[in-house]
Amino acid sequence: MDWIPSIFRRRALYDDLSEEIELHIEERAEQLRGEGMSAEEAVRQARRAFGNRTLVEERAREVWQWPLLESMWADTRFALRQMRRSPGFTATAVLTLSFAIGANAVVFGVLNRIVIRPLDVPGAKSLYAFETAESQIGHQSYPDYLDFRARNRSFEDLAAFSITQAVLDAGANPSRIFAYETSGNYFDVLGIQPYLGRFFHGEDERGPNSAPYVVLTYSYWHSHFQDDRGVVGRVVQVNKHPFTVIGVAPPAFEGTLLFFSPDCFVPIVNRNQIDQGNQLNERGTRILFEPFGHLKPGVTHAQALADLSSIGSYLEATYPKEDGHKNFALVRPGFPNFFAGPLRAFVAGLMLLAGLILLAACANLGSLFAAKAADRSREVALRLALGSSRKRILRQLLTEALLVSLAGGAAGLLVSVLLLRRLSVWQPFPELAIHVPASPDANVYLAALGLALLSGFLFGIVPVRQVLRANPYEVVKAGPAGRTGGRVTARDALLVLQIAICAVLVTSSMVAVRGLVRSLRGDLGFDLRNAMVAGVELKMAGYTGERVEAMEDRMTGAAKTIPGVEQVALVNNPPLVAGGGWTMNVFKDETRDPKPSNVATTTLQYEISSEYFRAAGTALLSGRAFTAEDGKDAPPVAVINQEFARRIFGSERNALGRYFKTEDGTRHQVVGIAEDGKYFFFSESQQPAMFLPIRQTGPLNSVWLVVRSARDPAPLAADMRRKLRALDAGLPLEIETWTKGMDFALFPARMAAVCLGVLGLLGAVLSITGIFGMAAYTVSKRLKELGIRMALGAQAYEVLRAALGRALKVLAIGSAGGLVLGILASRVLAHIVFQATPRDPFVLAGVVVAMLLLGLVATWIPAQRALSADPLMLLREE
Amino acid sequence: MPNTNTNPRDLFPGALEMMILESLRRQPAHGYALVQHIQQRSNNLLQVEEGSLYPALQRLLKAKLVKAEWGISATNRRVRTYQITASGLRRLEEQISSFEQMFEGIALVLKARQSPAS
Repeated sequence: MDWIPSIFRRRALYDDLSEEIELHIEERAEQLRGEGMSAEEAVRQARRAFGNRTLVEERAREVWQWPLLESMWADTRFALRQMRRSPGFTATAVLTLSFAIGANAVVFGVLNRIVIRPLDVPGAKSLYAFETAESQIGHQSYPDYLDFRARNRSFEDLAAFSITQAVLDAGANPSRIFAYETSGNYFDVLGIQPYLGRFFHGEDERGPNSAPYVVLTYSYWHSHFQDDRGVVGRVVQVNKHPFTVIGVAPPAFEGTLLFFSPDCFVPIVNRNQIDQGNQLNERGTRILFEPFGHLKPGVTHAQALADLSSIGSYLEATYPKEDGHKNFALVRPGFPNFFAGPLRAFVAGLMLLAGLILLAACANLGSLFAAKAADRSREVALRLALGSSRKRILRQLLTEALLVSLAGGAAGLLVSVLLLRRLSVWQPFPELAIHVPASPDANVYLAALGLALLSGFLFGIVPVRQVLRANPYEVVKAGPAGRTGGRVTARDALLVLQIAICAVLVTSSMVAVRGLVRSLRGDLGFDLRNAMVAGVELKMAGYTGERVEAMEDRMTGAAKTIPGVEQVALVNNPPLVAGGGWTMNVFKDETRDPKPSNVATTTLQYEISSEYFRAAGTALLSGRAFTAEDGKDAPPVAVINQEFARRIFGSERNALGRYFKTEDGTRHQVVGIAEDGKYFFFSESQQPAMFLPIRQTGPLNSVWLVVRSARDPAPLAADMRRKLRALDAGLPLEIETWTKGMDFALFPARMAAVCLGVLGLLGAVLSITGIFGMAAYTVSKRLKELGIRMALGAQAYEVLRAALGRALKVLAIGSAGGLVLGILASRVLAHIVFQATPRDPFVLAGVVVAMLLLGLVATWIPAQRALSADPLMLLREE
Repeated sequence: MPNTNTNPRDLFPGALEMMILESLRRQPAHGYALVQHIQQRSNNLLQVEEGSLYPALQRLLKAKLVKAEWGISATNRRVRTYQITASGLRRLEEQISSFEQMFEGIALVLKARQSPAS
């Protein structure tokens, strides 16, 4: 390519050319003088003979130019002049677009991290985790993991990790941390390098507690060690055991679970020092998250699954007590599918809505540009008449549209990058290390640029037909008033579309918010009102074995003495709080061999004291609650929920008095049936649950008190804290209302409501500007006519109907269409937001009122202007 | 490339370039001399506007069919002298032969129109 040097040579070429032409004219003039002409006359004659020098030079230069680029530059300068001339228009357009593109970039940023690029490690494409196909959960026990690692032929290596909470003491300020306990090969499987120091490796594992090393995450190092590079080699206490800090992970690496970043990594072989017990040797205790690794090159998914399945069969045959038959599925490491599925669907849904916003913005700008092109039709006509090509004029208009869209895109991107940065460091639950993965990257920038260009083209082509049809003669003749036809124009259609889109957004945001409100008031299987929950870490405070029971009784007794407390009960974990509970496999009574392949169902297990049902407000439908008689030596009993009864016994009526078995083979008799409820998440499908007497199960590490009282929560919590601390000053406590405790379970629904609310608001703003633009334009075009009508005695409402009827009609049609679409779209929402149903009079009325308000706001100013039209003034203007 | 900006007095696109190449084949020349040469050779039948020569020269320069050099003329003037290149010569041969074919074709058509009348 020789155009690159030619750009630099060009100046010299042009100079040569000018000089050459100058000399040419001189030579001619000299010759003419030689023929006897006067000097002055000779120069004039020489110039005439030469022709139009400027044009010649221009044409000669064009030879060297990159024609498209340079005339585009000219277009750009012209467009910039145009934009400067109407700053209001430009600002509106840029602002509208920056909102729309910003919203898209933010949603895309999250989508990017969750769906497109969940883990930012080398070769992430071949990195897979496996989980069981049925449950969509991939927990494995450590011995099973070792078998999978040793026996599989599909993965290059398999890494695994578990999450634990511990206290890290670096000398001054012990802090509670979340740690990944990882296999030694964890970092090597991921293929990442430390930011500082070194990582531990497979070779460091030489049996239990052989690798007392800790690797800090960058953010923990940054916040707790103040970026001290001397930290490497320092010995810290993790749960009172010495561990050596050997390295710091790179800043971008936040563990292998999305949404959940740890503070540090420790080798899992040292688990016994951090978590009590000897779970590394228990094949039935599934402490590990989905093991993951790189698939070997050339190994297909089917081959890998067959390989895993054969190992599964081997495990089932060898360890029938612990391992059942499983089908496996390969998933992206990061989070299990049961969670990822709805999340992806939701983010994809948000992306769709954001896309709709952009489309609405384009429709909006398209009609603005069309209106502007109509106002400029005289200019266009003049240029056409003077011989400009239509192509040239269109390119000019498109350049203007693209400039606006790029400016809007840049502004939107800027805002979105700031938002995404904030979002990625945002921790909605300070105690839970939850974070939203959203750091912007090249993908986001590219997407924003692409969207900007695309939208520029979209609204840029709206006026094209108008220009192509323009007949210069007609336009110039018609004068500035033009005609305001009664036909349905493309602009009306665009506006209807835009309002429909906005109505969709408004509808879905209302559905989400309403669903959220209803889920808090709805039937959860317990009564949130007047209920406090208090989590007590018995084990951390040193209570184990027999002492647990005694402490539990003393705490219950103490809480009961607080004035105003009606009920106090114990539970291992209240529903919807702190994860919602844990699950257990149960078997039918007739099952001889309680092994995994015979499991009748997996159920939630709640270990409760006898007062629980009254304290929690859970209705007992039949049978009895537990009593003091259901103790350790009494026959094992259970209260089950309706779903449990249906699954194991076929119906609720059959269940009472019947038996089922738990994993250890114990037969439990059903003595009562409790109402169904929500346990993990609001939007879960109905789960079976069983309640067992807390005295018939083993001592708990932590227990929750459920306290029912009509008192104000804050002083009640203070009283509870004082009473419990009086029993043991060092008791780790967490006291909150049950509603507050559900923050985590409500998080998805809240996020959904916030996201949709913001999008709905954007949609509303867009419809206001859209309708306003149309109404204002119509009024300004017909101001004279309106003035005359008023002069002839038209009533105010007649004038308004003439001025705004069209805008309002468009609004009505668009809203109706959008409402219907929004109702259809809301089905997707039901996955995220419990009780999100659009068949709700509140939602329907809300949308109608909202759209009416939008119409009112948008047409207020144009209506005022129409009413104040003064015929005399207007006539004088002409 | 905009190839449409030929002067109305050009007979057809490329004719001016062909004449320039032909002139330069005989001897190198600067712009002014080229104009003189073409006008004289055509017995002033082709009134080439002097300026229109320069865009054509730039096109030839860009296509590397000619090369230019600043120097001093016989009349002691500073001039930029153009010289035909090897590829310029090749192009000239091609153009002349295609021009002759075209001319022949045109001549045949014109004759065909005349013959029934005669």
